[in-house]
Amino acid sequence: MDIDPVVLARIQFAANISFHILFPAISIGLAWVLLYFRWQFTRTANRDWEHAYIFWVKVFALTFAMGVVSGITMSFQFGTNWPGFMERAGNIAGPLLGYEVLTAFFLEASFLGIMLFGKDRVSNRMHLLASFLVAFGTTLSAFWILSLNSWMQTPAGYRIEDGVFMVESWWAVIFNPSFPYRLVHMLLASLLTTAFLIAGLSALRMLRGLGGPGTRKVLKTGVLLAAVVAPLQILSGDLHGLNTLAHQPAKVAAMEAIWDTEAGAPFTLVALPDEASRSNRLAVEIPYAASLILTHRVDGEVQGLNDFAGQHPPVAPVFWAFRVMLGIGMAMLVSAWWAAAVLLRRREPGRPLLRVLSLMTFSGWLAVLAGWYVTEIGRQPWIVEGLLTVQDVAADHSSATLSGTLFGYVMLYVLLLAAYIGAVRNLSSKPAESQRTIAVGELAAVAGGA
Amino acid sequence: MEYWLPVIYVAAMGLALLIYVVLDGYDLGVGMLLPFADESEKDLMIASIGPFWDANETWIVLGVGVLLIAFPAAHGVVLTALYLPVTIMLFGLILRGVAFDLRVKAGDHRRTLWNRAFFGGSLVAALAQGWMLGSYVTGLQGGTLGLLFSALIALTLPALYLLLGSSWLLMKAEGELLEKATRWARLSLLPMGLGLLLVSIATPLVSERIADKWFSLPNLFYLVPIPLVCALAFVIMAYHLARIGRLRALPWVPFAACVAICVMASLGLAYSVFPDIVIGRMTIWEASASVASLQFTLVGVVITLPLILFYTVYVYRVFHGRVTELTYH
Ligand code: HDD
Ligand code: HEM
Ligand code: HEM
Repeated sequence: MDIDPVVLARIQFAANISFHILFPAISIGLAWVLLYFRWQFTRTANRDWEHAYIFWVKVFALTFAMGVVSGITMSFQFGTNWPGFMERAGNIAGPLLGYEVLTAFFLEASFLGIMLFGKDRVSNRMHLLASFLVAFGTTLSAFWILSLNSWMQTPAGYRIEDGVFMVESWWAVIFNPSFPYRLVHMLLASLLTTAFLIAGLSALRMLRGLGGPGTRKVLKTGVLLAAVVAPLQILSGDLHGLNTLAHQPAKVAAMEAIWDTEAGAPFTLVALPDEASRSNRLAVEIPYAASLILTHRVDGEVQGLNDFAGQHPPVAPVFWAFRVMLGIGMAMLVSAWWAAAVLLRRREPGRPLLRVLSLMTFSGWLAVLAGWYVTEIGRQPWIVEGLLTVQDVAADHSSATLSGTLFGYVMLYVLLLAAYIGAVRNLSSKPAESQRTIAVGELAAVAGGA
Repeated sequence: MEYWLPVIYVAAMGLALLIYVVLDGYDLGVGMLLPFADESEKDLMIASIGPFWDANETWIVLGVGVLLIAFPAAHGVVLTALYLPVTIMLFGLILRGVAFDLRVKAGDHRRTLWNRAFFGGSLVAALAQGWMLGSYVTGLQGGTLGLLFSALIALTLPALYLLLGSSWLLMKAEGELLEKATRWARLSLLPMGLGLLLVSIATPLVSERIADKWFSLPNLFYLVPIPLVCALAFVIMAYHLARIGRLRALPWVPFAACVAICVMASLGLAYSVFPDIVIGRMTIWEASASVASLQFTLVGVVITLPLILFYTVYVYRVFHGRVTELTYH
């Protein structure tokens, strides 16, 4: 096989990180939601909250385990696939990843044991603290890894000596220009993904007549959370886009498929961007809208792709991924507000609403992946924006090795994804009464048989 | 600073990997023993590692992390050379990590499947780790002799894990399972000891450099305690296992002896390798990151490592004692 090994290494890295992010996207948000359930139960002593907690902590444990094993893969991928990146940027990437391990991974992994299995062995307060530390740890880990990723998008605080990056200011490295936006946008994304997951599965249970009073509480929690976060996410996305325009104009030009620099640029709703003819086919446009969104002036000038000849990312995937994210963002806003309006008036949610919500169960996943594809493919051909290309840093494995292992990873991931979704469905197809204490040990037989 | 920082980091990396071998060693070992237990014992075995396995695996992330933080140049070389075994190990770790949960959550009809995945994943990960260690000691050279040596370690390490796993169960299990664990420990003792002996004989044979370092005077005298302590630990373990019925009062002895062997083996390894990071190719100073970066991370290491050790001990204390069941609340 003579596929370019660099392309294969990229596909492999992309497959691994895409698989990994699915689980953090849930565990970061769900850890906080669980803390909320747990706290509600302590505060109100209402059994419904306890049932909600018991059910969702199982989903959490499974999600977390998937996140951990796929994350361990990630920590080897930098070395196995991009050794040059570590040689050149190790002085920056190493410490950031190191702080993630030291401050976040050990914290979450250690207290997870107490959170999941320790309720009878520690005081209530200690158990609450452990649950908090797990949630805090997941968020902290997002902080460090996103700082690194943002630094690769908008490098700052460095100097280059003999081709190697050296740090001038850690503050500038960590809080690089795109980091605050990316952190907020990702944390909100995780809350949204979780909100739709819990609302969607609760809706599914209610549709099947399996829901109890606890299910309704969870549904409401999810819907209200989504109703608050969805508009915030759109706002943060807008600000994020403006920041990107300032630092990575080629990426924004690809997101909007704008070829020529122009004043009063239209916003392209859908189109087939064509790199050969450097134009859009079948475009549906809203006049002046792109200028309005990006410069906040009708006649503002927007830089086009032709200004970056040879140095801009592939247009179609960035353009389309961006539209998938926007579309899902809008759909989330509409469905969350609809559901909130119904639930806040204390009406029974009707079947159409429940069906829409259950359809949206995993919509967060799609938006998260789409968002990351915009970010990452939009950075091409650079691995560190403007300074280091992917081509420069790839390992020299043979195509055969890479395609073999890639095949293995993909098979494994398909299997695991199916198993994960199957297990979540299996758990949620049990009637409410059986959602009691479930064991990993002896009582597991009860759990399995229930 | 120039001189000491890399030394401190290489020590930290060695410590992280040693802790990893002991901690994940016992839970990979328990995984490999799974098929030999019956259904309810399987649950107990898994319950005995439930609260720990995730944190245990984090130590390898730290080990690789330190390699990356402190020795970025070596990080690339080592992981590129070990690309295949690393990938295979990752497959194993992924499978067993998820099987842990899926065996109870995927529904009864899938239970056997995930039990097997748990066993298979643990075994594959252990074999691959042994292979990686072997290739590392031969300086990532390959060649027939190198491959044979890697194969030898690839078999010895799982034997060590089996012993760690069954010794762990001696502290955690009760009744029938305790009897079985005793038997498993007795069975894995000999292969482990033999493997270790062969490895000790073979190492100086495959690496002239290591032979020179060991068999010159006066170094030899300083090093004698290493094999002596190993032999002593082995004898204590054998003695204890032989009369376990009467000595039930000290269930931690075999595990402690096993840990002593791991510590000695890693001291020996450290002595053989130091000051290289890739044997015969790159010293720790040649591979190290910039002083500024190392200092920045050292602050974090100094603050967090004691904390991490503190709450690791705390978690082990919370779950101290024999397991009966493990429940989510
Ligand atoms: C925005 C969030 C986010 C992103 C972009 C990433 N991760 Fe991650 N990672 C997490 C958020 C997270 C998380 C929430 O902390 C974990 C813990 C459990 C989970 O589901 O995800 C996780 C687990 C996790 C683990 C296991 C930790 C443990 O043992 O507990 C490792 C080694 C990594 N990750 C490494 C990486 C690397 C090298 C990444 C990038 C290339 C990466 N992660 C992207
Ligand atoms: C978590 C969500 C993420 C997703 C879904 C994602 C997705 C992708 C994709 C699709 C590529 C391939 C791009 C291409 O070659 O066209 C890529 C490349 C890459 N990403 Fe990410 N990424 C994520 C996060 C991160 C983070 C947090 C980091 C680093 C801290 C990172 C570092 C890299 C590197 C080093 C490459 C390889 C070089 C390249 O092709 O640009 N990624 N990622
Ligand atoms: C509908 C309004 C939204 C807008 C205007 C928006 C805007 C953006 C922009 C401009 C980027 C790329 C930033 C860059 O690479 O420089 C981005 C990335 C991203 N988006 Fe969105 N987004 C929206 C909705 C969503 C939703 C609903 C989710 C998920 C639930 C989401 C998740 C993400 C993620 C995970 C990334 C990659 C990480 C990052 O760079 O922040 N977005 N978004």
